[in-house]
Amino acid sequence: MAEPLVVFDNVVKRFGTFEAVKRMNFEIREGEFLAFMGPSGCGKTTTLRMLAGLEQPTEGDIRLAGKSLLDVKPHERDTPMVWQSLALFPFLNARENVEFGLKMRGMDKPARRRKALDWLERLGIGEFAERDVNSLSGGQRQRVALARALVTEPKILLLDEPLSALDAHLVIRMQGVLTKLQRELGITFVYVTHSQSEAFAMADRVVIMSKGEIAQIGSARDIYRTPASRFVAEFVGRNNIFAGTVNAAGNVETPAGTFTLDGKARPGDKVSFVVAADVVSLSVTKPAAPNVFTAQLISEEFVGSMVTLFFEAPGDTEVKVQVQERSLEGIPREPGQTLFLSFDPSHAHILKG
Amino acid sequence: MKDDKLLRWVLALYTALVFLFVFAPIAASLVFSFNSDRFPTIPLGSFTTDWYVKAFSNPEVWDAALRSLIVSSVTAVIATAIGFSAAYSDYRYDFVGKKAFLVLALLPPTIPLIILALAMLGWLSMFNASGLTLSIIIAHTVLCAPFAMAVIRLRLNQMDPNLEPAAWNLGASEWVTMKSVVIPFTLPSIIASLCLTAAVSFDEFAVAWFVSGLNKTVPVVILEILTGNIDPQVNAIGTAVFLVSITLVVIAQVLVLRSAKKPEAA
Repeated sequence: MAEPLVVFDNVVKRFGTFEAVKRMNFEIREGEFLAFMGPSGCGKTTTLRMLAGLEQPTEGDIRLAGKSLLDVKPHERDTPMVWQSLALFPFLNARENVEFGLKMRGMDKPARRRKALDWLERLGIGEFAERDVNSLSGGQRQRVALARALVTEPKILLLDEPLSALDAHLVIRMQGVLTKLQRELGITFVYVTHSQSEAFAMADRVVIMSKGEIAQIGSARDIYRTPASRFVAEFVGRNNIFAGTVNAAGNVETPAGTFTLDGKARPGDKVSFVVAADVVSLSVTKPAAPNVFTAQLISEEFVGSMVTLFFEAPGDTEVKVQVQERSLEGIPREPGQTLFLSFDPSHAHILKG
Repeated sequence: MKDDKLLRWVLALYTALVFLFVFAPIAASLVFSFNSDRFPTIPLGSFTTDWYVKAFSNPEVWDAALRSLIVSSVTAVIATAIGFSAAYSDYRYDFVGKKAFLVLALLPPTIPLIILALAMLGWLSMFNASGLTLSIIIAHTVLCAPFAMAVIRLRLNQMDPNLEPAAWNLGASEWVTMKSVVIPFTLPSIIASLCLTAAVSFDEFAVAWFVSGLNKTVPVVILEILTGNIDPQVNAIGTAVFLVSITLVVIAQVLVLRSAKKPEAA
């Protein structure tokens, strides 16, 4: 087990009376791609800024490679950041922007020039080296910002919603660029985003934050399949949440129906459980399966070849079903249509709290 | 559509009238500065450059011009330095009484010049500092610093608040960041401020007249020539002064507008 690169030890950050970060404890492993995700105001950016030294923790300690960062000024930390606004220096051209960090380290002119050009080349924008940064496209500026942060070969790179200003198709391409770079360089990426698709697509581990606290840390798969709380389940979306009381037989009685969870619930408990939208089956006739219930189709939504159907089950329970378009052949899809829905007990995940 | 066209014509005409109203006296002064007649009447006499020759062979005018040049350039540098510091404090820091600080910092140009001039004279004589070239510089700096601050503040407000942190993040200390990020970013407004404050100081009469004593600046000399008699020399000097000021102001305007057009670091 490698020594963690970064340790947050009981870190609290207050702005006046507002507690932006509430007693955080976590570790960042060397070489991992860690994403912080949460709604705006959840403290994810504050966490990143504390790592860069732009905010000081009110309590607790942050250690980088075993050394406390509390008395280290931002310019003495080697924690380069890619900013949401990019924050390129508008009075410098692309190459000069990339050279900035090397210049601050006292590298001589020819050496830093060569290195900056190498990095611009590596990111596929070598031909724009002498261009004014304001004349570059969003994607090109993004690459300049990346090159500027990586040129000093840091151990860790911080990224604050770097793709939020880009068009959807560029986001996908930049995601590819980022994951490839991270793998090739083997350095730690700490990525802050409100976008689930970005976090899930790139990160080894995702930290879900809510109101200044860590709601869950885990792989994208863990968080999607086994959310730790109702908040995580709702935030991640694509989940159906059922709530009810466990009867004497160990089945959960909910307004939508009575479901068996393979004995995962104790009689008498009030429980909530989630069933992911892509594990719910649909049929016109009642199937011979456990956990069947009926629901009325409300609307549908297409994303590529996938379609999400929105149902209403008894007791105002909203149910989402995500399937391949092709698998819907022979199933009538007029709004108001009542269909049979079912899921396997092994796919139900009980929420704590 | 038709109304639109009419409105455009009316607005164009109105703008032309405003410009005519503002520039006609200056244009007249320019025309009469080349007129051979002693009195500014129409029809004009013949073309002459005599008044320029006469004005510029007057040692008092040269003396005043040199003093005006020194006063305006020193004033421009000091006022811009003060204005930059005030604008940067406003941009970078939040502190108790910031509003009051801003109001006070921007106050001097709203005080009637005569009051400001009298107050300056009274205050400077308490330190036996009236009647010197230095007195004019001090008084003009007070008058000009708010203009400098306003111009530089405009530019600083366009600066991405993450630009400085980005420089720190890449290893630049706060002083190095000031030198290699804040000053290059605000450079157009610093030059604009230098031009603008130099122009204001170069033209300013009331304060200069009160505190200058025997150390006259160009506007003071003009008034002294005028009080004696009607002398077309004044037109010649006035035209020269106007050209200097308008050049400085145009440079300032171009720099401010050009840097405002580019949405930087978005």
